[in-house]
Amino acid sequence: MKALYNYLKEVAFAFVSLANGLLLTLKYFVTPWKSIITENYPDNRDHPSVADEFAGEVILIHDENNEHKCTACTLCQMACPNNSIQIISKQVETEDGKKKKVLDQWVYHLEMCTFCKQCIDACPQDAIKMINSYELSCFDRSTLTKVLNRPGSKLKEKAKVTPKVQE
Amino acid sequence: MISMIQFSDVTTWIHQLLSSCMAPWLVFLIELVVAAVAAVVALLVCVIIMVYMERKVAGHMQLRHGPNRVGWHGLCQLFADIIKLLLKESFTPTRADKLLFTVAPVLSLCVSLLALAPISWGPGLVLWNTNIGVLFVTAISSMGVIGILMAGWSSNNKYALLGAMRSGAQIVSYELSAGLSIVTIVALAGTLNTGGIIESQANGWWVLKGHLPAIFAFIIYIIASTAECNRAPFDLAEAESELTAGYHTEYSGMQFGIFYLNEYINMGVVAMIASTLFLGGWQPFYLPFDFPLAHAFNDIMALKFMETWPAWISWVSLAWPLVWFFGKLFLIIFFMMWFRWTFPRLRIDQLLKLEWKYLLPLSIVNLVIVALFIVLGLHF
Ligand code: SF4
Ligand code: SF4
Repeated sequence: MKALYNYLKEVAFAFVSLANGLLLTLKYFVTPWKSIITENYPDNRDHPSVADEFAGEVILIHDENNEHKCTACTLCQMACPNNSIQIISKQVETEDGKKKKVLDQWVYHLEMCTFCKQCIDACPQDAIKMINSYELSCFDRSTLTKVLNRPGSKLKEKAKVTPKVQE
Repeated sequence: MISMIQFSDVTTWIHQLLSSCMAPWLVFLIELVVAAVAAVVALLVCVIIMVYMERKVAGHMQLRHGPNRVGWHGLCQLFADIIKLLLKESFTPTRADKLLFTVAPVLSLCVSLLALAPISWGPGLVLWNTNIGVLFVTAISSMGVIGILMAGWSSNNKYALLGAMRSGAQIVSYELSAGLSIVTIVALAGTLNTGGIIESQANGWWVLKGHLPAIFAFIIYIIASTAECNRAPFDLAEAESELTAGYHTEYSGMQFGIFYLNEYINMGVVAMIASTLFLGGWQPFYLPFDFPLAHAFNDIMALKFMETWPAWISWVSLAWPLVWFFGKLFLIIFFMMWFRWTFPRLRIDQLLKLEWKYLLPLSIVNLVIVALFIVLGLHF
């Protein structure tokens, strides 16, 4: 008797769980305007909806004074699994006669980048980020090698750390 | 609908017209050809609608658009596909059995078209009005697996062979419960003639007036027939992720196209049988209850109000049974598509377990209950 009860219970449960799935797909089917998530890509090119988090190409962040935060420490270059980054630095002399290493060219090989975001995680200065651009293909491979620091840009001076006034 | 024009009037009129100007054997031949062409064309139009419907249903259920590039909302996609298939080479592998390989798609197409013969499309609109109609369809539809086995065996490909063997095991088992659920309705209706079964539902479809057992039989038939059509969740014979494309792995061009067409024809036939047996075929909806509102509703459904209208309008009522027939056909086809795009594929052992441990015992018990109902006169 117990076995028969279990058997029938199993059948009933099977129907309930199948009905759950059926209702979900029916909901999707009858409300396509709400549920469809496919983008009509080339048609909606002027108003695309790409998530901000989408990992496209890497850029070096510049502020309004054309200053960036990259100290040319090459950590990102070492973190990159496929050598897409080349940090070319140069030595400059400061007013007080000290030699200092500054960024000369931040070379980004977009053609080799796998958009893995490891460079972003490696950067101690948060100097670089990825933007959500996606139309990256072109006809000439050499145009994909980019210098990311803008001409004339320089390292942003660190804000002076004012000691906290004890109360 | 007594005073209105019937399909039998139209066919008799054509018969008399032909007989008046040619020999009887020629009339017979021409009528055969015209009837066959009409049935096949009607079915092909259904298949075209079904393929489009499948793609749209699949798309929307998977949060996609479905075809939307060729023509308005992708309406011409199928024609583009057919042109592509026709232009492609039908390639035969070197080590394949050439004869069987070529015959297999044609054979399975013939078998599924044969099942159309005793289908009653409308009142008096039936190709072969035989008293063993339902038996004939069940016999023929179980032969469809021969084409699949042939294709799998002759391809000389392990995936194809595995797919064909699975399909064989599947159809042999699911024939049983499909047959038993058909017997349930045959017992209720007391005839094997498709037209007769539909006539017996003039005062309510079997799924409504056969109480719970008829609903059970309907569910079991839908499950078993989905399995017989090799459609997901029972598409083990194709199983893209395991067997590439199963039994038609080696087929290309229009030979593949025929297998594809075949799948949809089978679906159409199965849906026609289901609507004939359970949903009253071309009978309009009828409430088997005895109160005034139900009577009024039934009169509207049977187009009673049209009887007093001028004769030329009653021509319109000729299409009314066809509307119901095709409406039910596509309702059941929608169900099968809904299942396909909702449920994941079963494993072969789960498939056989479902049949032998659940569907078969349940349908036998169901049949016994129906027999009791009939003996005690409990059905309407
Ligand atoms: S995203 Fe990855 S591959 Fe691309 S530059 Fe950064 S570390 Fe290299
Ligand atoms: S981008 Fe960041 S990690 Fe890379 S060199 Fe500049 S500061 Fe260092």
